[in-house]
Amino acid sequence: MSAPSQAALAKLTPVVTKRWLSPDAWKIDVYERLDGYAALRKALKARPDDIIALMKDSGLRGRGGAGFPTGMKWGFIPQDPPGDGGGKPPGKPHYLVINADEGEPGTCKDLPLMMADPHSLIEGIVIAAYAIRAHFAAIYIRGEAVHAARRLRAAVDAAYARGYLGRNILGSRFDLDLVVHSGAGAYICGEETALLDSLEGYRGQPRLKPPFPATHGLYKAPTVVNNVETIATVPFIVLGGAEWFKTMGTEKSPGPKIYSISGRVNNPGQYECALGITLRELLELAGGMRDGHQLRFWTPGGSSTPMLTAEHLDVGLDFEAMAAAGTMLGTTAVQVFSDQDCPVYATYRWIEFYHHESCGKCTPCREGNYWMARVLRRILSGQGTVLDLDTLLDTCDNLLGRSFCALGDGAASPVVSSIKWFKQDYLDYIEGRTPPMFAAEELAGAH
Amino acid sequence: MTFSQETHDRAKAVIARYPAGRERSALLPLLHLVQSEQGYVSGDGIGFCAETLGLTRAEVSAVATFYTMYKRHPTGDWLVSVCTNTMCGVLGGDKAYQAVSGHLGVGHQETTDPADGPQITLEHAECLAACDYAPVLTVNYEFFDGIDAEAALEIVKQLQKGERPQPSRGPRLCTFNEIEAQLAGFSDERQGAVGEGPAGEPTLAGNRLAAKYGIAVPGFDPETPIVSKGDK
Repeated sequence: MSAPSQAALAKLTPVVTKRWLSPDAWKIDVYERLDGYAALRKALKARPDDIIALMKDSGLRGRGGAGFPTGMKWGFIPQDPPGDGGGKPPGKPHYLVINADEGEPGTCKDLPLMMADPHSLIEGIVIAAYAIRAHFAAIYIRGEAVHAARRLRAAVDAAYARGYLGRNILGSRFDLDLVVHSGAGAYICGEETALLDSLEGYRGQPRLKPPFPATHGLYKAPTVVNNVETIATVPFIVLGGAEWFKTMGTEKSPGPKIYSISGRVNNPGQYECALGITLRELLELAGGMRDGHQLRFWTPGGSSTPMLTAEHLDVGLDFEAMAAAGTMLGTTAVQVFSDQDCPVYATYRWIEFYHHESCGKCTPCREGNYWMARVLRRILSGQGTVLDLDTLLDTCDNLLGRSFCALGDGAASPVVSSIKWFKQDYLDYIEGRTPPMFAAEELAGAH
Repeated sequence: MTFSQETHDRAKAVIARYPAGRERSALLPLLHLVQSEQGYVSGDGIGFCAETLGLTRAEVSAVATFYTMYKRHPTGDWLVSVCTNTMCGVLGGDKAYQAVSGHLGVGHQETTDPADGPQITLEHAECLAACDYAPVLTVNYEFFDGIDAEAALEIVKQLQKGERPQPSRGPRLCTFNEIEAQLAGFSDERQGAVGEGPAGEPTLAGNRLAAKYGIAVPGFDPETPIVSKGDK
């Protein structure tokens, strides 16, 4: 394990994560000492529209996977008449909803953020709500994440006690209530409209778009739904400005981003780097591949992003370069697999996930994942046929672009990409060159 | 069965969190709340939620059966969830699940016999959003990071002996019913619990590297003015 090169180190950009090393940064006293809530004080002196313009100027793009420009999203909310800065908006109320339903296989950045520095999220929420004139905000946090929710709830209570939430925040006449709402174990609720249905007390199933949440979101009112990391980035842009923010990253994907590297590396974990870092550089930062392991396949941003191979070590991990390579940046959940890992098995496990998590609303996703999991299990059990590969690809044709939401589209990614790069691995199971990986009854998948 | 007065009072507090006229938003927390009293969502629990929110039992059942965390059968004192999604599975989660399942003699979503001591409900979980700590398991949703089959066995054996192994992140373990009250949105009232659980090395890996090499992002001036449209 050698030291990372200067080029790789130069990509490190501790901004959003910079307080994580400070002991007890989750406590409001410590947070305030580390410039906490300075951005809120600054923002409340500015006009809401100017905050939205600042986000547009910064080029901040959503950190939840889709990469939609944040300032543009905020700007879609129907705005008050000119001159009414921060007062109660006429007509329907506006809402801000934070998507903390982290659960895409590979993704593990928002839970550590909420554990280490929950006030950065809360501060970002107050600023964002002020900008879009919302007076009620909710954090929809994944149910299983009780450790993070516990700390978040304590932080929200502390923020109320200090006047950062509630009535007349810091004497600005701006009011905001914030609720931490735990989910109940459904990955689909990370899809923004399913999340809204869940938050309204329904089954978490996606809604038909349009209309979009910007006009018909929570309670059919104008709503912004943003990811945790996106909102936690906001206070830093308010303080440092758009030009400073754009000194990091690429022209179209500016800023720092938390990369979560996991798998066959020496030091897995969270690395906040400028967007556009390559896997080669990330691997250097993470201490390299583990001894005896050669990179074989990897995901750039979770299981829904088509897998890449060792050929792609030097492709930039930003929205544009990943799209050009036929995949997606996703949530920058970089899962690294080696020559000792089987891409067919990895795909099978992911499809079991999509099968379990499909909400059942649309046929392609509900039935497609059910059948693909069974076909993959058959192949891994040494009972597959060559036609099974056609069946898988045909099923993916019916999933991609024909599912109701991105969950179904995402399920096609590991199947199509693994067959593209590793067809021989499939054939080796089918034609008996690879012994069955597991007896069928040992596969603990279906439930 | 009738629910305790405390549960009725707590239900009112849950509903009060949401905007007026939007009481139905309280349904997910209320389902956690009835689970915190009974250890699962019973028919009575469905009825309680329906009555409290003015919904039909069918409407509540439709929601309760959609979500994995609402249990339809009594849950043990300890819900042990072993992640067997791809990353954990590859790194040893599958073996850990098999070891625990073999030791306890139960399979997915099954519960040990009360004659064998504290009851354990086993499940294999889909991704728990902790791939940097893989493989992981949770006990009543508190994380045990970087486990293998041996460590997983040790954890369940301690639970069976009435001990409470210390999670890697987050505080001391509490019972399934206590954790469900927190899921309903009530604070953890145990002294110091919020502060327990240090950040693990994977969480801090990038920061440690930046600190070691003295790396900070230059040019950060918190006084940078916010440009006003009127100034342009």
